[in-house]
Amino acid sequence: MGRYVTRRLLQMIPVFAGATLLIFLMVNVMGDPVAGLCGERECDPATAARLRAEFGLDKPVWQQYLTYMGNVFTGDFGTAFNGQPVIELMADAFPVTIRLTLVAILFEIVIGVGLGMLTGLRRGRPVDTGVLLATLVVIAVPTFVTGLLLQLLLGVKWGWIRPSVSAEAPLDELIVPGLVLAAVSLAYVTRLTRTSIAENRRADYVRTAIAKGLPRRRVMTHHLLRNSLIPVVTFIGADVGALMGGAIVTERIFNIHGVGYQLYQGILRQNTQTVVGFVTVLVLVFLLVNLLVDLLYAVLDPRIRYA
Amino acid sequence: MRGAAHVTRAACAAAVVLAAGACGGGAPAGGPDGIVTSSWGDPQNPLEPANTNEVQGGKVLDMIFRGLKRYDPRTGEAQDMLAERIDTDDSVNFTVTVKSGWTFSDGEPVTAKSFVDAWNYGAHLENNQRNAYFFGYIKGYDQVHPASGRPTAQTMSGLKVTGERTFTVELAQKFSTWPETLGYAAFAPLPSSFFSDRDAWLARPVGNGPYAVDSYTRGARMSLRRWDGYPGDDKARNGGVDLRVYTDSNTAYTDLTAGHLDLVDDVPAAQLRNVRADLGDRYINAPAGIIQTLAFPYYDPDWNKPGQEKVRRGLSMAINRQQITETIFQRTRTPAKDWTSPVLGPDGGYDEGLCGVDCTYDPARARKLIAEGGGIPGGRFRITYNADTGSHRQWVDAVCNSVNNALGDDRACVGNPVGTFADYRNQITQAKMSGPFRAGWQMDYPLIQNFLQPLYYTNASSNDGEWSNGTFDRLVDQANAETDPAKAIETFKRAEGVVRDQMAAIPLWYQNGSAGYSERISNVSLNQFSVPVYEEITVG
Repeated sequence: MGRYVTRRLLQMIPVFAGATLLIFLMVNVMGDPVAGLCGERECDPATAARLRAEFGLDKPVWQQYLTYMGNVFTGDFGTAFNGQPVIELMADAFPVTIRLTLVAILFEIVIGVGLGMLTGLRRGRPVDTGVLLATLVVIAVPTFVTGLLLQLLLGVKWGWIRPSVSAEAPLDELIVPGLVLAAVSLAYVTRLTRTSIAENRRADYVRTAIAKGLPRRRVMTHHLLRNSLIPVVTFIGADVGALMGGAIVTERIFNIHGVGYQLYQGILRQNTQTVVGFVTVLVLVFLLVNLLVDLLYAVLDPRIRYA
Repeated sequence: MRGAAHVTRAACAAAVVLAAGACGGGAPAGGPDGIVTSSWGDPQNPLEPANTNEVQGGKVLDMIFRGLKRYDPRTGEAQDMLAERIDTDDSVNFTVTVKSGWTFSDGEPVTAKSFVDAWNYGAHLENNQRNAYFFGYIKGYDQVHPASGRPTAQTMSGLKVTGERTFTVELAQKFSTWPETLGYAAFAPLPSSFFSDRDAWLARPVGNGPYAVDSYTRGARMSLRRWDGYPGDDKARNGGVDLRVYTDSNTAYTDLTAGHLDLVDDVPAAQLRNVRADLGDRYINAPAGIIQTLAFPYYDPDWNKPGQEKVRRGLSMAINRQQITETIFQRTRTPAKDWTSPVLGPDGGYDEGLCGVDCTYDPARARKLIAEGGGIPGGRFRITYNADTGSHRQWVDAVCNSVNNALGDDRACVGNPVGTFADYRNQITQAKMSGPFRAGWQMDYPLIQNFLQPLYYTNASSNDGEWSNGTFDRLVDQANAETDPAKAIETFKRAEGVVRDQMAAIPLWYQNGSAGYSERISNVSLNQFSVPVYEEITVG
């Protein structure tokens, strides 16, 4: 187990370097960010040159990349154009997005797995058909439509929530945005759990467990659900990264100052330091979560063992 | 909606209990101490007077600073603020006397030195101030801000403190209307705390305006409170302003309609259709000093042939400005009739008869003129614009449609979107434009000079198309040297006539500022820079 984890951690290094290099190149291809810093007019050449030097933009790209990576290992993610260190932006943005992601994941687990079990056990009944239709609708409607609709109905028409989230983004304000963010994945989790449960219900070990005279509840949770959750855990695990990175739309609609907002601003202002910094951290999150998912397999299914 | 308000309040009350202050702003107090909540955008650069070149940062500077001059929010006229007198005999040497009794909100008196130090700081190359060129008229600017190489001086030789409240300015050239440029935020005074601990100052700026910064969380919000020690006669009539950063103007608008925000100063284009129904007369649509034009790449020989001004005039006549401003912009733009802005007023140089037939939709004459001028280079052209902000795509497509219809060739004109503003500016500065491109100009100060010189003078800072005309340059020089302001404006208008005859750029429309506000506040207006006049707003 220890060796497996070490190997996986070591594998992260080339992935990490490759991903950051790609992002670095992509942002750099777009040209000189200083051009956009002075509004509709051209920066005077002397000031532009000084700004370029300040942000290290006057050096060749490979050198910029090496300097950048060198700094990253000492915890220095550079400075955004408004003079704020990127690490400060991260300290503000990540907790908010992590909270939002947690709310979303919680919805996926509670509602998604719950509905999945319900429909899986009642296959073909009206409940099943109803939920099936509902998930189809949720998957088909884009996130920004769901978001704007809920915002309009709950926030403006009925006044149940505030249409925008305040800067501190406390948990209770994140419930609706979290639901919007989770919506599509939630539908997938429902479908995935349903199929998995329906399949395993007729498996030999379930029949054996029932034949042994185990209480129905125990059969459901310890035998059926535990085995059916393996694909679901994979999906939710991979979804953590996707949710954090994909929150741009949701965060914009509800005015949440999280990772999506900073990334969006960074891209608009072509701020290499911000974009690369945030993406770097997102890549790390993605890799770590994937490792965690792989380790969870062994817990859920003792047949899977890592040498 | 009335019923909804009750539910809102109940929900808010519940939320307050749950999360202590989740409804923001606390109890909405009315009266003279009421707090106005307003939408805001994250300033692009650090908040320093000479480093702020966009509206969001400028909004704050307008609240916490007062300079020598101030532009009247209604007429745009430059009036003395901290300046007691600005004297000159020759339009080159100016003596400035600062009024007594003014202090910064930390108690430090505003003196001649506060201005001279701030200007020297703003001009110096090593301080990386984006607006340094504003000090370019002052003698000695070349030494502190050389076009290349290192500065050879720390201060500008043209600035001298001659007393506690007096200083002299020597310009490098004659510039009769120079004092009227001093209302711009870059010319604000700075307290000594700025120079002793700049980081602390940036974290919580200290100025001399009607408001003082109470707290500032970068990227999220700024709380400004009325400064009771403010000596000016434009004291704040409310208790303060809370600026909240919104990532999307649509969300700010939604918050306004739901009653969680008092003021938005940027009604999103998508909401213009509903805004009358939503807000009634609490919607402001007022002219601002912004003009949109189509510029041409004169560095491209194809677009700079003799006699081609006929093609440009023809293209101008092929654009149905009236229709586009009405259908796409819902009258938040006004078809342009000259190259300046109506906010200048007729006395300031605005002339609605200047462009005349050249700016009037006339497809038949357009076709004729373009043919006479040798046709569009290459038979078709593309209009380059940035697609990330400002709903530019819609109007560029509309302009192209209009031109194509007029020419009877549905492939004559197409849009050429560029992903981000930074990349768009990048292509412009590298002179990569292959055809007409979008150009917008927001005035720095309400002077006709500001609409002409930076845009059309040879090698000027914003002459992106690199248009060059000897007659125009000569007239601008002449106008700047004119000591009588009325004659100066007359000469500038003659220079503008040259721009028209050559159709250096096609004027499209003047842009209005638009704002909406809640029932809680009144006396809301926008100044010529489309920034709300915050200190006049009353609550309750």
